[in-house]
Amino acid sequence: MSVKKVHDNQPKEFKFSDENLKKAEEILKRYPEKNKKSAVMPLLYLAQRQNGNWIPLAAMKFIANYLAMPYISVYEVATFYTMYNLAPVGKHFIQVCTTTPCLLRGADKIVKLCKENISQNENEISKKGNCSWMEVECLGACVSAPMVQINDDYYEDLDEKSTKEILISLINDKPLKPGSYRGRKNTSPEKILISNGGKHA
Amino acid sequence: MPKITINGKEIEFEKGMTVLQACELADVEIPRFCYHEKLSIAGNCRMCLVELEKSPKPIASCAMPAAEGMNIKTNTTLVEKARKGVMEFLLANHPLDCPVCDQGGECDLQDQSLYYGVDKSRFVENKRDVKEKYMGPLIKTQMTRCIHCTRCVRFATEVAGVPEIGAIGRGENMEITTYLEKSMESELSANVIDLCPVGALTSKPYAFEARPWELKKTESVDVMDAVGSNIRVDTYNWEVKRILPRLNNEINEEWISDKTRYSCDGLLKQRLDVPYIKKNNKLQKSTWDEAINLLVDKIHSVQPNEIAGHIGDMINMENALSFKKFFKTLKSKNLEFREKNFYINQDEKMNYIFNSSIAGIEDTDLILLVGTNPRHEASILNARIRKTFVQKKIPIFSIGNPGDLTYEYEIIGDSTEDIKKIVNKEHDFSKKLLLAKKPIIIIGESALELKSGEYIFEEFKRFLIKNNLINENWNGLNILVQNASTVGLLDLKILQDKKEKSSSFFDDLKNRKFKLLYLLGSDNLEFQKNDEFIVYQGSHGDRGAEIADLILPSATYTEQNGLYENLEGRIQECKKASYPIGEALEDWKIFNQIIKKLGSKDYKVNFDELRKEVLETAPNFSGINELPKKSAIKTNNIETSFFNEKISVRELDYYYTNSISRSSKTMSECRQIRQKIKKDGTNNI
Repeated sequence: MSVKKVHDNQPKEFKFSDENLKKAEEILKRYPEKNKKSAVMPLLYLAQRQNGNWIPLAAMKFIANYLAMPYISVYEVATFYTMYNLAPVGKHFIQVCTTTPCLLRGADKIVKLCKENISQNENEISKKGNCSWMEVECLGACVSAPMVQINDDYYEDLDEKSTKEILISLINDKPLKPGSYRGRKNTSPEKILISNGGKHA
Repeated sequence: MPKITINGKEIEFEKGMTVLQACELADVEIPRFCYHEKLSIAGNCRMCLVELEKSPKPIASCAMPAAEGMNIKTNTTLVEKARKGVMEFLLANHPLDCPVCDQGGECDLQDQSLYYGVDKSRFVENKRDVKEKYMGPLIKTQMTRCIHCTRCVRFATEVAGVPEIGAIGRGENMEITTYLEKSMESELSANVIDLCPVGALTSKPYAFEARPWELKKTESVDVMDAVGSNIRVDTYNWEVKRILPRLNNEINEEWISDKTRYSCDGLLKQRLDVPYIKKNNKLQKSTWDEAINLLVDKIHSVQPNEIAGHIGDMINMENALSFKKFFKTLKSKNLEFREKNFYINQDEKMNYIFNSSIAGIEDTDLILLVGTNPRHEASILNARIRKTFVQKKIPIFSIGNPGDLTYEYEIIGDSTEDIKKIVNKEHDFSKKLLLAKKPIIIIGESALELKSGEYIFEEFKRFLIKNNLINENWNGLNILVQNASTVGLLDLKILQDKKEKSSSFFDDLKNRKFKLLYLLGSDNLEFQKNDEFIVYQGSHGDRGAEIADLILPSATYTEQNGLYENLEGRIQECKKASYPIGEALEDWKIFNQIIKKLGSKDYKVNFDELRKEVLETAPNFSGINELPKKSAIKTNNIETSFFNEKISVRELDYYYTNSISRSSKTMSECRQIRQKIKKDGTNNI
C-alpha cells in the first residue's frame, strides 16, 4: 500500500445537500465551538456518502472552509484513514478482508475471483456492470470468515461458489442478500441455531 | 529552584523545563532530530532517549517535563543501546547517498550516526522510495531522505503562519508535502531548509554549488530591510554562495526572510565593474580618471545649490557620512535619502525608531498598525508579532488594510478621521488603548507619507504621553521604516532641519531646480528625468544606472565593512566577506578621489576616522549591537494641521524592493509565482 493518490478527474464544485447540511450542523453541535475542527472526520464521511462513496478535493476544500481549518489538515486526515476513498469506486464496492483469520479460511480465493470477474487490479471499475473491489484489513467479522463488505453490508461464511454467485449478481446489478452463506443466523453455531446451544447456565 | 540529578551531578533548573533542557544546563548533549527550541515539541524521532531511575523504559527527554528529584542518566549502556536502535530504524529507510547529498558535512543524521550508527545494515527488505515534491523555487526536495521529524510542518504552521505543509498518508508511507505540491506562500519559507536535519529539504539555488567546509564564513548583517537580521555570508573565492541566519534572540531569532537569503545571486549579476560615460546617448566604458575629470568639470559648471544628492537604501553610515562631507566641500545642502516625502521628526531619537524594540513586542498586550504591512516591510518583525499573537492571543488592530498578515486582526478604520477620533477619545478603540498596559502603535511609511503624516505621529505621541502610555519603562510608539539605511542616516543628520529650509528636495526636483543630481546607490527615487546631469554611484546596473549620464562603480554590502542602524536604533557591523568587482571601489574612497581632483587640500579621511565620527555623532549611542540609551520624555508642542485623508497601505513588490533583489534570478522566479497566484488564485495546478 502506498499513499492514496487523488483522482485526476476532479469535479470543480462540491456543496453539501440541504439534507446533509442539516446533518453537518447537527454534527457540529457535538463539539465545543473552539474545537469544531474535531468534526472533520464525520463531515468527510458525510461528503463521501453524498458523492457516490468517494471524496473529491472540492469536498475537502469545502469542509476546510466550513470548519475554518487549513486545506492541508483536511487533506492529511483524508489520506491517513484508509476508509476514505479519494478516487471513484464502483456502485457496488467490494472490500475483501484479507487479514489473518479470513486469509486462513481462504480469502485469497475471493481475491482471485474478484480479479477474474471484476477487474484485474484493485480500485478499478469493472468493464461490465459498475463494480470495484479492494483488499482491506480486518473488518471485525473473523467469526464468520472469510467475508467481504459490499457497500454497507457484510457477506459472510463465503466459499468460491457463493462468492462467484454474489459477484455475478453484482455485475448484473441484482445483488443477493447479505448475511451468512452457510445458513447461520448472526454468529450463532452452525447446526444448533440457538446461541450457547440452548444450555444457559 | 527545583533540583535534578543528571549523571550523578545535581543541578538546579527552572520550573517548566524539559529533561532535555535540564541536561543542556548540565552540559550534557542529547542527540535529537525533531526537537527545536523555537518550535513546539513533537517527540516523534525518539533520538533523545535517556534513562530515568525507576522508569521501566527509557524516556524521550524532549517531551518529558523535568521534575524535582529526578535521577537522569545519559551515559549508560541502556541509553546507548536505545539510541542505536532508534538510529538503526531511521537508517533503515534512509538512502546512503551522502556523497551526492547537499546536506553532507552539515547533516545532523550524518553527524549523529557517527556515534550511534551501526556499521552494517540488517535491513534486507526493499527501501522506501518517495517521489520528489515541488515546494517552490527555493526548496529542493529529495523526500526519500526524509526522517519525518515534522520540523518543517511545525515551522510552517507555527512560525510562518502559513499552514501549507503537512504529512499525508500513514506509517511507512507517510510523506511530507505542501498542499497539492504548491509552492509555499511565505516570506520565511526557506527557513525550513535550515530546520531540516537531513537532506530532504535543501536549497534549490545553492544546489551542488559548494561543500560547507570549502566556504569562508563571515558574520554580517542584512540590509534588505530595516530589521538588520544577523546573517552569515558564505563565500567561495569572490562569489557569495549563500547567506544563512545567525542566532540573535533580540532581532531575528533563528530565521531570516527569503529575500535576505536568496538575493545573494543578485550580487553576481548586473554588476557595474568599470566607470561608464554616456556618449551619443549610449553608455560607454571609461576609466576612473576620465570619469572623475568629467564629474569635476560638471561640478564647476553649475552653482552649488543646483547640485543635489540622493542616498540609496543600502548605504552604510560611513559612506553616508563621507558623502555628507563631500557635499559640504561642494557647499550644497540638497541632500535627501527618503524615496518619498514622509514625515520624520528629527528632534530626538525616539521620534524615528522602533522604540519598543523587536524583542519587546513579546511584552505587549495590544498592537495597532497604522498604514503598514509588516509582513512585507519587515517579515522578521511580523514573525515576532505572530509569535506574540499565538502565545498570548493579544488583540491586533489596523488602520488601513494591509491584507493577509498570517494572524488575525481587526480593521478599525481607513482614514485620518479615525485617528482624530481615537486621539480625541471619541472612537470605540480609544477605550481599549487606554486600558492597555503596554500598547504598541506601529506607524508605517504609507501613513507618514500623507499630508497628515505630521498629525498622525505628533498627535499619537501627545496622546500616549498624556495618558502615561509612554513612560520610563515603556515606549510603544514605533516607526517602521523600510530601508536599512534610513535610521542611520537620520542619526547622521543628513536631512536639514525643516526650519532652515524653504522648499523640499522633492519640490525642487519636480521643479527642475537641480542641474546635477548625484545618486549614491539610489534606485528607488521616482522622478521624471529632464536635462539634469545624473551621476549614479552604485553597484548594480538598475533603475539609477539606466538614467545616468555618468556611472561610478562601487561595492555592495558584502564587499565592504560598514555600520548599519536597524529600525530599533541598534548599530550593527556589516563585515567584508568578498572583494569589489573589477575596478569598483568603496564609496568613501571614490569621494576622496573626487575631492582631491576638486583641489581641496585639507580633506583626506580614512575609514577608521569615519567610523569614529559616526559613532560619536549617533545620538543615544550605547554600544555596537546594543539598543540605544533612552532619553527623558519631553512633551511636544508642535502645532499640527489635520487633513481628511484615506490611509491605504502601499503595496510593496516584496521580491523586487532594491537593486540587488531586482538583479537576482531567484527573486524574479519567486515574484513570477507570487504574481501568478495573485492573478488566478492558484499556482502550477
